[in-house]
Amino acid sequence: MRIDRSTKNRPAAISTASLPDIVFILLFFFMTVTTIKTDTLLVANELPIAEEVGLIENEELIIEILVGRPSKELSKLYGDQPAIQLNDRLAKIEEVAPFVLTELSKKPNDIRNKVIVSLKIDKKANVGLVQDIKEELSKINLLKVNYATLEGPVHKN
Amino acid sequence: MAKDRQVPEVNAGSMADIAFLLLIFFLVTTSIETNVGIQRKLPPDLNTPPPHIKERNILRVRLNKNNQLMVGKNVLPISELKKTVISFLDNGGAPLESEGHCAYCQGSRNPDSSDNPLKAVISLQSDREAEYGVYVSVQNELTAAYNQLRNRESLRLYGVAYTEMEEKYNSPETAVSLKKKLKLKIMEIRKMYPLKISEASLKLNESNQP
Repeated sequence: MRIDRSTKNRPAAISTASLPDIVFILLFFFMTVTTIKTDTLLVANELPIAEEVGLIENEELIIEILVGRPSKELSKLYGDQPAIQLNDRLAKIEEVAPFVLTELSKKPNDIRNKVIVSLKIDKKANVGLVQDIKEELSKINLLKVNYATLEGPVHKN
Repeated sequence: MAKDRQVPEVNAGSMADIAFLLLIFFLVTTSIETNVGIQRKLPPDLNTPPPHIKERNILRVRLNKNNQLMVGKNVLPISELKKTVISFLDNGGAPLESEGHCAYCQGSRNPDSSDNPLKAVISLQSDREAEYGVYVSVQNELTAAYNQLRNRESLRLYGVAYTEMEEKYNSPETAVSLKKKLKLKIMEIRKMYPLKISEASLKLNESNQP
């Protein structure tokens, strides 16, 4: 009688057995949709927002160029004017063409004519520098560019 | 006896902790890649003089260093740009019997605006000091204008929106035979409204300024 009562009054223990499963599902989700960061960002890189965007499905095709103001520690050295980041270093405008060509030579032969240069440019950067990069690219005849953006309503820019 | 044979239950309470650790590791070291953007083709670096284009076939869009937009002779907010570009492209000003008459245009057929979409050129000039975010907004509006016109014609001819076809074409999951069919249709629509955005050199821009 006494035992019976005590078990009735105590709330049943909630099973936490499914908690690992839920966390594992979350984990697998993150493992599949994300990629491990390869380069550290040396520049501020807040992308602008656009609506009429296309998606590049094949990541193999992309050569990235980043532009933005140098990060806080670097700005003492490089000033706070927008700079170009190629892979993991800051570069001058003259280095863009050689960089893109070496990146291009690393790509497999059959996709070389499809390569897209993705310009990941901070929305606070100025257009002049972008124009310079575009001129460099057209000099070496790499004409497909992608202005990397986030997707969303434009008026937030 | 029967009780003794039962396998003792393993405590799985720490499994969640382990999974959380892994999860947090992935949260910290990875990032969601976007690879989304506005795609453009740059003009080839040729030293040929630009072809002569009638002034009425050019829509001049200028962005100054204070991020203000001027279209033709008017200062416009960016939200108005799309409408202006559509009415310019879709104008179809060439008269009915002439060679360049645009049968599918639904514009106002103003003789002072563009002859037909094939001849219409948008000239985008931007000051070096302009902000890139605003520049992308302008590019976005221009693309939006083209997409709207292309979608309209695509829906009329094939019953599918142009942007939808393009998305399908770019997807790696689409079968090759379907891609071939889609390409023909896409090309046909592109021929009706070719994307002609000229970002003619800044030198021109500088010489225009006093």
